Amino acid sequence: MRRSKVLYVPFWATYVFLYLPIVVLVVMSFNAGRSAYTYEGFSLKWYGELAADERIRTGVVNTLVVAAGSTVIATVLGTLLAVGLLRYTRSKALDALAMMPAVLPDLVLAIGLMLFYGLIDMTLGLHSVMLSHALFSMAFVAAVVRTRLAGADSSLEEASRDLGAGPVVTFLKITLPQLTPGIVAGALLAFTLSVDEFVIAFFTIGNDEPTLPIVIYSMIRFGVTPKINALAAILLLLSFTAVIAGQRLTKIGEKSRAQD
Amino acid sequence: MKSETQTRPAPRSRGRRLGAFVFLSPGLAYLVVLLLVPLALVLSYTVFQRGRFGGVVYEFTTENFARLLDPLYLGVLGDSLQIAALTTLIALLLGYPTAYVIAQLPSRWKTAALVAIVLPFWTNFIIRVYAWIILLSGPGLVNSVLGTQLELLYKQGTIVVGLLYSYLPLMVLPLYAAIEKLDPQLREASANLGASGFTTFRKVTLPLTVPGVLTGCMFVFVPSFGNFVIPEILGGSKTLMVGNVVRNEFLKARDWPFASTVTLALIAVLVVLLLAQAWAARRA
Repeated sequence: MRRSKVLYVPFWATYVFLYLPIVVLVVMSFNAGRSAYTYEGFSLKWYGELAADERIRTGVVNTLVVAAGSTVIATVLGTLLAVGLLRYTRSKALDALAMMPAVLPDLVLAIGLMLFYGLIDMTLGLHSVMLSHALFSMAFVAAVVRTRLAGADSSLEEASRDLGAGPVVTFLKITLPQLTPGIVAGALLAFTLSVDEFVIAFFTIGNDEPTLPIVIYSMIRFGVTPKINALAAILLLLSFTAVIAGQRLTKIGEKSRAQD
Repeated sequence: MKSETQTRPAPRSRGRRLGAFVFLSPGLAYLVVLLLVPLALVLSYTVFQRGRFGGVVYEFTTENFARLLDPLYLGVLGDSLQIAALTTLIALLLGYPTAYVIAQLPSRWKTAALVAIVLPFWTNFIIRVYAWIILLSGPGLVNSVLGTQLELLYKQGTIVVGLLYSYLPLMVLPLYAAIEKLDPQLREASANLGASGFTTFRKVTLPLTVPGVLTGCMFVFVPSFGNFVIPEILGGSKTLMVGNVVRNEFLKARDWPFASTVTLALIAVLVVLLLAQAWAARRA
């Protein structure tokens, strides 16, 4: 097939557009000067200042606590939901309900949750953020696990039921082991989504110590410093590593599956 | 879908009903309490009055809807539609050729190219927006390279850049999926029959990828339209979008009923668009 050279202009433009800001951010994080804009030579001092920043340390801890809690809730509920939806019902309405938190704009979820916590007079804090993050993470876990389950052979489960095992025993001994890679992938996704989530956390944190995205947001509103650049560079490195590791894991998983 | 239906045995015994209860009830209970009840609250608060210090007074009023028709808020709605539509259009113009080229790459480059598209998407949203302040601000990189002193921040165009940067991957992925599925023989046939590259694109490739185009457009439009963070960080306080009004009414003015009404208007616009998209996809 003839490939048009003209198409390579927007193709490369897309990659330059996506990576130029990231590269500039990382370069500026090693700036020796005080300005976030003009480069004055190499230095690691902003990384040192970052490590000494109490607010950021608290933000990191809070983010990890929220992510861990919401991941546990979302993984358990999402997995059960995926099995229930695929094996025990044919309801399209329930399928749609389960996917709704992933489809609705985050702002709408945030507003609804805030009103609800207000109505039941719940004190806002890390726990309300955790419950809220679990809501949309659950939808993603359910979707990932469901895909895996749809590809799995259901004859073993049927055999188990025919031999007299109840739904719970069949699930624990047959279904769960088959689903493990899907559950791990779903849990990783839930964790990553929670770590990055800003809007819902912003509305449901109340006056509690904030999570990292909220800390960054308020730092930006006070002005731009190379300290934020250093933080950005570290976060970029972490998520790039996670995505590439995830990519490798999927590949290894696929290979071992193909060998089965 | 077909294989899914086959793996579902017909519902019958008590064991199945027990199974349905054990597996479905925890997740559904969570969805009812933290999704349906909150959405019902948003819906119902639209007809009540605001409390003096925030919160709600349960007295019926249509005032919130009347206020929505104020030219100020209609203007915000118009601006939001315009900004989100422009973002979606540019994302399509940039994303289509990108997805097209990726789909033609040899398979090992294909994976790398796709990972490179989603990689920025997996980094913190606030950080990605923040990067543009460094590039576009007065003493920033763009002005130093161009040798200019342009005011590039805090304009509507800056918001479009920020939204585009945040959601472009969501355009490329569905387009890639749609283009990848195309049978190359169709294009060969079109070329053999004497059609130029552009005619083939217009008469063969584009019509067959319309569902992908529509999906990509919704993926970009929906989060752009309701966004309040990017207008706030990159738009200064000059341009308000629907999301900013919601945020301000909720957290600053503490007028929950009116904030709920604006939220409802936001949902209504998105529902209309989703229905239009479903209709267009069926016709395609």
